[in-house]
Amino acid sequence: MTRVVVVGAGPAGLAAAAHAVRAGADVTLLDQSAAPGGQFHRLPPGAPHGFEAILSRCSWWPESTVWAVAGKRLHVLRGPADGAGRERHVLEPDALVLATGAHDRTLPFPGWQLPGVYTAGAAQALAKGERVAVGRRVVVAGAGPFLLPVAESLLAVGARVLAVLEANPASTVRKGWSWRDARKAGELARYAAALARHRVPYHLGRAVVEARGDDRVRAVVTARLRADWSVVPGTERTYEADAVCVGHGFAPRPELAVAAGCALDGGFVRVGDDQRTSVPGVFAAGELTGIGGAVAAAAEGAVAGCAAAGGVPGRALLRERDRLRGFAARLAAAHPVGAAWPGWLREDTIVCRCEETTAGELTRAARDPAAPGPHALKLGTRAGLGPCQGRLCGAAVSALCGTAERHHRPIAQPIRLGELAEVKENDA
Amino acid sequence: MTVEITVDGEPVAGTDGQTVAAVLLASGRLSWRTTRSGAPRGVFCGIGACFDCLLTVNGVPDVRACLRRAADGDEIRTQSRADA
Repeated sequence: MTRVVVVGAGPAGLAAAAHAVRAGADVTLLDQSAAPGGQFHRLPPGAPHGFEAILSRCSWWPESTVWAVAGKRLHVLRGPADGAGRERHVLEPDALVLATGAHDRTLPFPGWQLPGVYTAGAAQALAKGERVAVGRRVVVAGAGPFLLPVAESLLAVGARVLAVLEANPASTVRKGWSWRDARKAGELARYAAALARHRVPYHLGRAVVEARGDDRVRAVVTARLRADWSVVPGTERTYEADAVCVGHGFAPRPELAVAAGCALDGGFVRVGDDQRTSVPGVFAAGELTGIGGAVAAAAEGAVAGCAAAGGVPGRALLRERDRLRGFAARLAAAHPVGAAWPGWLREDTIVCRCEETTAGELTRAARDPAAPGPHALKLGTRAGLGPCQGRLCGAAVSALCGTAERHHRPIAQPIRLGELAEVKENDA
Repeated sequence: MTVEITVDGEPVAGTDGQTVAAVLLASGRLSWRTTRSGAPRGVFCGIGACFDCLLTVNGVPDVRACLRRAADGDEIRTQSRADA
């Protein structure tokens, strides 16, 4: 029997596990969380998740972190997040499906390091998963349709949403959306109606360009943007707010794929028609291969799971996956990141949150002929060398310095030296 | 169902199953770590990517508050970069 390991139990991973089981494989499904569903299917603590049927047909490993990969060999830690004394395991399946998802992409702006500034995803996770509102008066801003469900979730936990701001102008957004996406457009219309009921204004071509406060956010400055995201002078508006939630699209989490040796295209894992990566036996599905949302991720997962188990994905399954991928491409065209965003930054704006490297330090270092290349830049400014290892600042640093972003993090998740030294790995 | 934890010795109540970050935010705490420069930090990404929300749980430092579920009796300590 083919042994398949699926990493990530979000929409892509759950579909992969279900289809691999259906194709006759022995499936182990891992996730860092205690509950399945990923970032999309977040539920309040203790709520039934509805994935019991899938989980009962495979080996379900919750609270499991893959910290290193060599080919198809996975090094796993089981136990509470970042704890000491977690169990170490090694898994060596016949086929591996990576469905590790994405996190918010957030561009830096003055004050984004203040407590009270959150990613849009953080606001959503805290509202949906924990029933906590990140603030009483909140501005939601950035790019992409995800801002709408974030605002809706904030309203549902009692926050007042002062405004939702899409940085792209109507002319850009209109380019991507079409009659082909009628079902999706209907979903957005429902969100828009919810915002209207709560009298939440939705503005296109406007962005948060500064968060103000000393110890925490007290005010948020927004401005009108041109199509390239340069600020139109004199259009600034200040809101008194105690929270701001910002997301400029999503960035994939490709560490495990990179460690396995999978080739990337523009930061996303390159996959063939059946979700096969460039490494034999390793498949990728969901946001890792392109940002398309939960439905597209599940379609890719279904194809990947079937193929990983040695099956042949049906034509209807492939057609549905391709249709949803087309939607993802149009979405990217409708909500791009404008190239002129660095115009928001000042000399002293923090870009690398961990090491507090500023925009001024970075641009000076990039111009210094005595220290050429990304390696010298990193060592000289410490950008990307903090605990997050450039996950948050990588794209911004690359854009500011004209360097290529690297995703190679040999230790994909933290492991304590004590855990590494003391406990012997055992096959499960 | 509630859980009782302490934060730098002060008792704080949360809902069973909530993350440490959610319990702290719900109690009105916005930041619980300081950077090398002394700047305050709390939750930013909420899903384990940014490491801004690190704190000490039962003597174990550098635990991401957004990923760790609060357990009854947990002793939480705020931390600075110098402690790590």
